[in-house]
Amino acid sequence: MRLALQFIPYAEIAYLTSYQRVKKLIEAVSANKILLIQGKLHPDEETDLIKEAMKKINKSGAKFKGIEIATFVPKAKNLNFFQSFKEKIAVALLGERDIFTVVGPATIVKEIKKDPTKLELLLRK
Amino acid sequence: MPILIIKDFFKRIFYNLFKVKKKIKLGLYGPPNSGKTTLANRICKDWTGEELGKVSPIPHETREVQFKEEVKIKHDNKEIDFTIIDTPGIATKIDYEDFLHYGLDVKEAKKRAKEATRGVIEAIKWLDDMDVVIVVLDATKNPYTQVNITIVGNLVARKIPVLIVANKIDLKGANVKRIEAAFPEYDVVGVSAKFGKNMEEFYESLFNLVKKVK
Repeated sequence: MRLALQFIPYAEIAYLTSYQRVKKLIEAVSANKILLIQGKLHPDEETDLIKEAMKKINKSGAKFKGIEIATFVPKAKNLNFFQSFKEKIAVALLGERDIFTVVGPATIVKEIKKDPTKLELLLRK
Repeated sequence: MPILIIKDFFKRIFYNLFKVKKKIKLGLYGPPNSGKTTLANRICKDWTGEELGKVSPIPHETREVQFKEEVKIKHDNKEIDFTIIDTPGIATKIDYEDFLHYGLDVKEAKKRAKEATRGVIEAIKWLDDMDVVIVVLDATKNPYTQVNITIVGNLVARKIPVLIVANKIDLKGANVKRIEAAFPEYDVVGVSAKFGKNMEEFYESLFNLVKKVK
């Protein structure tokens, strides 16, 4: 079985509208790709992604079974005032580079387990 | 800003002094099979004598939003008029084959899956209409799932006050502390909606939640 893992850097989706972003993700997941996205979605985009996944299940006649999604947020760092200021500017300019979101099709990804230091993808046979 | 603070202060004083009846739309959200309808039934039975919906061990039993109006709950000499809104469980995946394990035939399972997908969309659409929300989680399950995080994140983004209920505390393996650790910023109350365990603490937390409505 061939498995495609697609990395999506923050810059690739930063300037898309929410609608375009969700559409891009759902199309890639429907093509059986597991996505590793730099950054995280806005809560509204997460629910839009779920809604689109539900519509896709209906349209596909049960071939598409939905998505598995998890956001990996590393533990907060202990930064001093100056470092914290620099970090905020970097986030504003480059996005949240430390945070990753994994989205995969439920036909391939059975479950995503996470703890503070790792993400585990349990795949279907 | 000062005007708003003063207005809010007098509104709260007036509310507390004269025990004004408020109509509050209370939504029950959560993943499938966490006991949302069982809790809605418990609340409605306690205060109206009637239940709200059917419960089942098969996931996605509630596939349409269902509600009961004029559920007047009394606590500490105060009465609040609630509309209890029970929503379908939110999931990121629905596979009709999962329903086959519960004895449904293929046709029934496919129909259920189709209705369940529509139910998830409907539940999400209703988020904007709620005054307060109870997120019902199964205390025997891992709370660190993206669905739970997405639900709570959306409520925070909409500034809707949230109470987390750790349901099924009557079951072996229930762990309220694990849910408290997963959502440290929120009030978590452990209940058994099925057996009515710890409902007094639940109603107290509910009245505290309503105080946060702006």
